[in-house]
Amino acid sequence: MPSRLPSSARLRHFLVVPVMLAGLALAGCAGGAGGDDAADPDALVVYNAQHEQLTEEWADAFTAETGIDVVLRNGDDSELANQLVQEGKASKADVFLTENSPAMSLVEEADLFAAVDPSTLALVPEQFRPASGLWTGIAARSTVLVYNPELISESELPASLLDLADAQWKGKWGAAPAKADFQAIVSAVLATQGEDGARDWLHGMAENAVEYRNNIVTMKAVNAGEVPMGIIYHYYWFRDQDAAAEDSAGTKLHYFGNQDPGAFVSISGGGVLKNAPHADEAQQFLAFIAGEHGQKILGEGYSFEYPVASDVAAKPELPPLAELDAPVIDPSTLNGPAVIELMTEAGLL
Amino acid sequence: MGWEQLSALVFRPKVAELLVNTVLLVAIGVPATVVLGVGGAWLVERTTLPGRGVFKVALAAPLAIPAFVASYGWASAIPAMSGLWAAVLVATLAYFPLVYLPALAAIRGLDPALEESARSLGMGSWAVFFRVVAPQLRLAVLGGALVVALHLLAEYGAFAFLRFDTFTTAIVVAYESMFAGPNAAALGLVLALLCLILLGAESAARGRARYARVGGGTPHPAETLGLGRLTVPALAAMVAVLAGALVVPLASVVRWLMRADAAAFGDVGIAALQTLGLALAGAVCTIAVALPFAWLAVRYPGRLSWLLEGAAYLASSLPAIIVALSFVAVTLAFAPSLYQTAFTVVAAYVVIFLPRALVPLRAGLSQVPESLEEAARALAVPPAAARLRVTVPLLLPAIGAGAALVALGAANELTATLLLAPTGTSTVATSFWSAASALDYPTAAPYAVLLVLLSVPAVALMFTHATGRTLR
Repeated sequence: MPSRLPSSARLRHFLVVPVMLAGLALAGCAGGAGGDDAADPDALVVYNAQHEQLTEEWADAFTAETGIDVVLRNGDDSELANQLVQEGKASKADVFLTENSPAMSLVEEADLFAAVDPSTLALVPEQFRPASGLWTGIAARSTVLVYNPELISESELPASLLDLADAQWKGKWGAAPAKADFQAIVSAVLATQGEDGARDWLHGMAENAVEYRNNIVTMKAVNAGEVPMGIIYHYYWFRDQDAAAEDSAGTKLHYFGNQDPGAFVSISGGGVLKNAPHADEAQQFLAFIAGEHGQKILGEGYSFEYPVASDVAAKPELPPLAELDAPVIDPSTLNGPAVIELMTEAGLL
Repeated sequence: MGWEQLSALVFRPKVAELLVNTVLLVAIGVPATVVLGVGGAWLVERTTLPGRGVFKVALAAPLAIPAFVASYGWASAIPAMSGLWAAVLVATLAYFPLVYLPALAAIRGLDPALEESARSLGMGSWAVFFRVVAPQLRLAVLGGALVVALHLLAEYGAFAFLRFDTFTTAIVVAYESMFAGPNAAALGLVLALLCLILLGAESAARGRARYARVGGGTPHPAETLGLGRLTVPALAAMVAVLAGALVVPLASVVRWLMRADAAAFGDVGIAALQTLGLALAGAVCTIAVALPFAWLAVRYPGRLSWLLEGAAYLASSLPAIIVALSFVAVTLAFAPSLYQTAFTVVAAYVVIFLPRALVPLRAGLSQVPESLEEAARALAVPPAAARLRVTVPLLLPAIGAGAALVALGAANELTATLLLAPTGTSTVATSFWSAASALDYPTAAPYAVLLVLLSVPAVALMFTHATGRTLR
């Protein structure tokens, strides 16, 4: 091991060369790596928080119809919404699709959406889209209580979602507070009960609820008898029943109705970004999703979500959307950031 | 983010709860891995345990099952598994080889003469182990324990599966609900601090003590201990550990694989190709960055090289989620054109995996005599050419080993890849994760198999290194 120190000139010469080489190599091989996975620049970039499988079906059908390639960036509602806000004008996104509307409102308030083509809006009834016309509903889902009849009988069920914050339900129900799905339900509690009401309810929830990672895990836990009840969206249950009913055979659904926050119907949204590199194609894609073909893929395929446009009917197994007696809430008034703040305060996040 | 907002996010009950969870996990998990690792190494190396040749390899094998695959195996077999004890169980079984391998190497290098002297002075077997052997294993075990502790802090997938909240899982949740917002940053700060505390604690425990044999000759082989009545319990313990660490996860994976949809295998191929591309790029770039570091450290040891090397080790002991978050923030703020590109993913791999390349390169370089280069120069070959034609060829095995270790690590990387991957990219790890998160166990199974297969060569490398056999 030579311990003599090099002259500084030699050290410099010897440092500069490898460091430059390393920089070149880094740039070169990253470029090479980018070559095979960065999709072609003409492809439509969709920030997708909807179920991957559903959006892939939409994208494939759209590509078959128009020849326009689509790439998806998958994530959660609020993750992608916040990402779009942080990216601002630098964003490469053309279209944003969500499962729930608070994330759409977040992007709308940051003034990042372009107006949706009037012809597309005409396909969607007014109650399923915001008055601003900056995005549109593309699907709907109903909040349900899934319960295990072996552990709790129908007559013992709480009358309202709000009751679940009472001490008697401690450890008796599961939910997935970290997911945008549940956060949308909380936004309905906030919209109907006000800030103090929502705060109290969330503190009760933090005491009572068993926290699961998502809707499916929650349903599975109810099915396995880990908890007697869970709050989820309807289609997870119908989807599983339609498959092998592995995770739901031992459960039933209860609809709160009665305009209860627990009967909240969440609107999934789609919008075109103001800075979209492919604005025309983006409008076409949104029109396709709200059109008959797109809504049929949603309404007749594996999804079991409610179609909301082009008069496409939901699957016959589902109770009609109009009969759910959901609370009437303008989707653009649902406040995502306030919900996150309240849930953080309650220690749920 | 102002101080007020930060302190509101740091000093809140949820963070206290995460802190309790994380501290308990480390406080229970690390000693458990030390017991299993050192105990296992001692049994296979120094006792008459039947089948110890097989066990010696088998105890390293759990490293080939990434922790998040192991927890998928456990959780899909026993859905009710959750919380601290489930997390401790799965993590201990997944990580004990990280202690076992250095302990094995250290035990093999012990000079039995010391133990024999102690014994001749009237010490019993246990006393010899704890008063003579254990101190000599201290450094190796401390190093292994530190690696385990850092893994416990950084692990996301395994604990998310078992519904056990640590800082890393909470950071991912915060990211999913707010993207790279203040909450994720606050939790990240606390997590980084915990890592620094661990590093400090380890180096304090390490002290200045060094153990080495003085004098010539080679130690004679150690006597093996007859286990006698302890044979059956020792065997039972060994089998139980291996059943939990290998059989349960692998049986689960195979069970789901049987039910996997044949149509899904096409996507597996695509994911494998994309993973290969990113992992190879990561390996090449990490070697390119590590070479000058190693060169400095070996040929010109001094404050500068020590600082550079320290910085590299420090950066990569931070959990990948923190590295990823800082890359998101930095690229968005200063280089939006680099954001969500393969370049950023590869750069993150370099930061995370640099030590994996540095260790073999340093070892390799220190074995190349500089005099060879000087001889070449004396024959009128210019210095740069001499370096290329003499030293680099001799370094190739070390370069290969380093590159392999980095590539394999990158191929299994989950958190940073999730946050930084370019739109439309899915690697084996991220595809596995998205299927497993939706509890679509059959779809996840082929990816799980691939993740295990990808890990096998790295474990083989580590094992041969620990047992002192060279790869020829």
